[in-house]
Amino acid sequence: MKDIHHTRAVPRAINWNRLQDDNDLEIWNRLTVNFWLPEKVPLSNDIQSWSQLTEDEQTLTIRVFTGLTLLDTIQNTVGAPALMPDAQTPHEEAVLTNIAFMEAVHARSYSSVFSTLCQTSQVDEAFRWSAENEHLQAKSRLILEEYDATSNPLRKKIASVFLESFLFYSGFYLPMHWSSRARLTNTADLIRLIIRDEAIHGYYIGYKFQRSLERLPEAERAELKDFAFGLIFDLYDIEARYTEQLYDPLGLTEDVKAFLHYNANKALQNLGFEALFPEEACRVNPAIMAALSPGSDENHDFFSGSGSSYVIGKTVATEDDDWDF
Amino acid sequence: MGGLVYFSSGSGNTARFVERLGLPATRLPLKGNADVPELAEPFVLICPTYADGAGRSAVAKPVIRFLNVEANRSLLCGVIASGNRNFGQTFAMAGQVIARKCNVPLLYRFELAGTETDIARVHDGLQTFWGSRCLTPA
Repeated sequence: MKDIHHTRAVPRAINWNRLQDDNDLEIWNRLTVNFWLPEKVPLSNDIQSWSQLTEDEQTLTIRVFTGLTLLDTIQNTVGAPALMPDAQTPHEEAVLTNIAFMEAVHARSYSSVFSTLCQTSQVDEAFRWSAENEHLQAKSRLILEEYDATSNPLRKKIASVFLESFLFYSGFYLPMHWSSRARLTNTADLIRLIIRDEAIHGYYIGYKFQRSLERLPEAERAELKDFAFGLIFDLYDIEARYTEQLYDPLGLTEDVKAFLHYNANKALQNLGFEALFPEEACRVNPAIMAALSPGSDENHDFFSGSGSSYVIGKTVATEDDDWDF
Repeated sequence: MGGLVYFSSGSGNTARFVERLGLPATRLPLKGNADVPELAEPFVLICPTYADGAGRSAVAKPVIRFLNVEANRSLLCGVIASGNRNFGQTFAMAGQVIARKCNVPLLYRFELAGTETDIARVHDGLQTFWGSRCLTPA
């Protein structure tokens, strides 16, 4: 007897040579070319540097990384899979499987840092801490509510972009801070690979959000925008308290908050919305910006009035075949 | 003042930047099979970056097709590039690639849709830039 309630339609075999959205292939290619594993990064070169951190600094670092692990775990097992039933094209669904897997790689890579640098007891304590930390749990719950299967597909995408482009940054700040002081520089290299991936995820999911949003009537668009700004306010509130709890002892809280404001604005821009925080609140410590994109400021630009306006840049690895000159 | 040409993909960030800039500008077509516009006056190009981790394919294909037309290229006076600092060393790399290949100055770089400061700097910068140069191409 057939049970019609459990009959799943056979999907169409995916044809990558017939695209409904060129951006799906574009992003697939970016993500696959950028594929990496933590084994690629020589984390053991940080052993000496790790031993020079104080015990409190070590505890903070491990806690921050367990918090990041939690977000990656959510995105790997719930977030990216939750977006798959809403995919508008089979290629979008395939891209989401890549995103889901890379989140698993990210989550796994923090454990590589732990096994290379830390004592098991320290790490176990930090995982217990993250399971009990009220702020970490609160932000996870807010996001998970939106990932519920019954949720609006666009609200899921908003939550996903906020996780990818905003919530990680209270954590990413710390390895960038250490890196700017020549500490844990290999770990920072690994984190930069994660940041790069998350930037593509936030861009792509935000792009798909905008495609869906533009098909809705004005009233629904306005409602979703209100929802997005409401959610980022709520998340920011939690992030601010989480930041104070973690960074007050090092006197870094205000510095971290500027970084949070800056990234919240970028998350909103990924969704096609305007910035929320005024620029005065987004003046990120230049040392953190330099740690984020090392070497990218060697070429000064013309309008800023410093350095040579003609770029003598490093040779680009491979030149695109499409250039005719 | 010279012209402004820009490319903006589906994310629309560059389009939002240009809109807020409030200057007349020509948008390059998104689709590969569309006709390539031919410019008649000197212009500055605003262009986002799409590089992979190794810096390959930083410049969007429609921009390459547009610059492959010699007549367009000869009128290009400078490039403004956007990007995302989260991409590390390849931040706004399209600007470096175009500046080097076309031997024009990289005028400015900004992130995503830009900030108010970016808008003001580019607006004022373009005025100064055009004011300081002869608009007839060399």
